[in-house]
Order: sequence, then C-alpha cells, then structure tokens
Amino acid sequence: MCVTCGCGSDQNHVEGEGHGHEHTHADGTTHAHPHVHGHAHEHAHGHDHSHGHAHEHAQGAGHRHRHADGSWHSHDHGDDAVAATASGAALGAAHAPGVTPKRMVQIEQDILAKNDAVAAANRQRLADRGIFALNLVSSPGSGKTTLLVKTIQALQGRLKVAVIEGDQQTTLDADRIRATGAPAVQVNTGKGCHLDADMVRRALDRLDPADGSLLLIENVGNLVCPAAFDLGEAHKVVILSVTEGEDKPLKYPDMFHAADLLLVNKTDLLPYVQFDVEAAIGHARRVRPGIEALRVSATTGEGMDAWLDWLERGAAAARAARDASVEALRRRVAELEARLGAGD
Amino acid sequence: MHEMSLAEGVLQLVEDGARANAATGVTAVWLEIGALAQVEVEALRFCFDAVTRGTVADGARLEIVTPSGLAWCMPCGNQVPVAQRGDACPHCGSHQLQVIRGDEMRVTEIEIA
Repeated sequence: MCVTCGCGSDQNHVEGEGHGHEHTHADGTTHAHPHVHGHAHEHAHGHDHSHGHAHEHAQGAGHRHRHADGSWHSHDHGDDAVAATASGAALGAAHAPGVTPKRMVQIEQDILAKNDAVAAANRQRLADRGIFALNLVSSPGSGKTTLLVKTIQALQGRLKVAVIEGDQQTTLDADRIRATGAPAVQVNTGKGCHLDADMVRRALDRLDPADGSLLLIENVGNLVCPAAFDLGEAHKVVILSVTEGEDKPLKYPDMFHAADLLLVNKTDLLPYVQFDVEAAIGHARRVRPGIEALRVSATTGEGMDAWLDWLERGAAAARAARDASVEALRRRVAELEARLGAGD
Repeated sequence: MHEMSLAEGVLQLVEDGARANAATGVTAVWLEIGALAQVEVEALRFCFDAVTRGTVADGARLEIVTPSGLAWCMPCGNQVPVAQRGDACPHCGSHQLQVIRGDEMRVTEIEIA
C-alpha cells in the first residue's frame, strides 16, 4: 500500500515475480517502479490530489464536502438529520425538485471478505495437494527462523518441507532456509506489518510445494497484526520465547486466541530468566481455552521430538484427507460410468 | 493496527456496491465494528477520510455502530457480556467463553445518490 496517498498498490514483493509493477492512484495517475527481484527497495513518493466538486443533496441530510483548496466543511440541514443506525436510516423527508434522491443499499460484507476469499482458495489448493500448512507467528526475535532451520534439518528424509518467509525487507531469512536445502520464497511486505492471503497465493505460485509436504509460513515478527489475517493455513502456531515475559498472552490476547499451538522456545535459557512456563501456558489457556502447548529449545534440541511428532501427525492427517477425497471422487466417477454403461 | 488497509477494504466494498447500483456518489457508509474487533475506530475514521479522496465515496459520512461483546459460557450455559478477550464469566468465573457477538468488522450499508 502506498503510505503517502493510501491507495491499494503492489508495494509488497514476492521473490521471483516480474521486474516491475505499476500502480494507479485514486485520481487516475499511474506510475511504475521497475525493480530487481531479491533486493530491498523503498517506495516513498508524494503527490497532490487536489480536486473539488459541486453536488446536490436531498433536504434533511447532513454532510461534509471538500473544496478545491483541500479544506472541508460540514453542515446539517434542518431538523431531519440522518439517524445513525445500522438497520437503516431515515433519509429526510422532502426531495428538492431536480435533485437525485438518495437510497440505501445493503452491503452486509465483512471488511476482510476479500482476504478471507483468497485464504479459502489457498486452503482448498493446499488440501487438494495434501499439504499441511502452518502460519508461525510471534514477536520479532523469538527464534522462529532458527527453529525452522533446526526443524528442517531434523525432518531430513522424513518429510519434505517448503517455507514462505515474511519480512519487511531483505532475503536474509529465506537465504538461511535455502542453505538447509529446503525450498523457500521470501515475501517482502515493504511497509506492511503482516502477510496476507494474496501474498501467500503468489508465493505458492512461485514455490509450488510438493504434494504431501509440510509448508511453514513464517509471518512478519509482530504479535498484533497477523492475528486477523487468514492465510489459508491449517493452524496458527504462536512462538513465545522465555526471554519475553510470561504475561504476553494477556497483553496480546488476539494473537494467542487465534493460535492452536503455543511453542515456548529457548527453554535452555530458563535458569537465567524469571519466566514461569506453567503461568505462561495458563495465561494462554485463559484467552484460548484448549490451546496445545509444547516447550522447546531450538539450540539444544530439548523438546524437539514432541514438536516433530506434532508436525508429522498433522502432515499425515492432511495426506489422509486428500486421499479420502480422491477416493470419494474415484467412487463417484465409477458410479457415473456404471450408469452410463447401463444406458441411463 | 494498520487501519489504512482496513479502510481500503471498506472502500473496495463501497465501490463495488456503488458500481452495482449505478451510483454517481456515496454519501454515507455504515460499518459494524464490534467492541472486541481488532481495530482502532478513530484511526479507521482518519484513514477512511484519506482513502476516499477522489473516489465515488469522497466526502461520505462514516457511521460506525459498535455491538457490545457477548459470549456463551460453555460450563454454565449463560450468555454473558464480555468487555475484552480474556475476561471471565461473571456467573461461574470460567474462561471458556465462545464469543457470539462483538468481533464483527463489516460494511452493512451505504447511502448512494
């Protein structure tokens, strides 16, 4: 998104995509930015949007309008101010002659409907391929990338892993993952604070993970924003390191509420910090009753077996679900063919 | 929380609705932002004004209705008010609450000319 004028634009970038992009501002002006993929880049630019307009309105409606010089003024017209209720508003009685009457149109859509639709398509696409996808969320510095590297190494020969990395800038994390031999694609969000479903869709196009594999999506380090954005994952996994404070789940309830698994990381540092693991898990269970919890140390390997087990069970379930739906389709096709054969 | 991208989402829905109804202008937009929703309402108002400039919704009045939080307490079966995530049931003290109202972020209707 262009932070100067606020228009929706392709300011984020998925490694491997085309070498330029264009975006169009609300006033119709367009500009393009060529760029070399794999490098970080800024998109700061300013522009004017001066415009004024004349308009008519039905009597009784209050409104504000903007003048050509950019100033606003607002006014209500008489006593029939529009009532502010979601179930419908009184429009004000009279129509002045020659004035277009106003009417209400029901929208009834979630603001995040578009993201949710892309996420649902991602989810279907992953299910069709039997791929187990996880959205890893946490504060910056919780040890997500190190945990991923150790996980990939431990799963060598057991499970194929592919990774989508999210950061504002650089390909540093994707480079670290690729050094383990696993395929990875970096998404740079630019000024953005979270991955969204469309970024993941584009990353899946580039990455093309193998059927039956494990897809790990490392979200931007941020304990607030990613909570609201469905990417199409099977589960959100929240990673909390012991250097962060056991009350985090209460302070950032939306994120912990959205997760199905809590990984308490860096347990090797417990002797050096005041962190009560049971209390942390208890707090997480307050905002998300039933959340599963595991303790790991990515550096020492403590607790990794339980985490790997959890991953393998999830991957097996995803493959089984795909096989079951393929089997159901085969039966249906056989059924239809039999009917065709019988001359139905 | 990135209210600008939410405001863009609102604008997209408003523009779709305006186009579908051949509207020349949108004069008001009604939102339902629940008390438990992950959005800062004042920031959203600010961003809405910024993002609608030069669009069919330029100058539109933004009306926000804020349904209060309500949850089903699974252990005791009561419907209870919830002010924020992590609150306990006022009857039995349990945290096993299923939110049934208050986390909406919706565009409900628009007023068009």
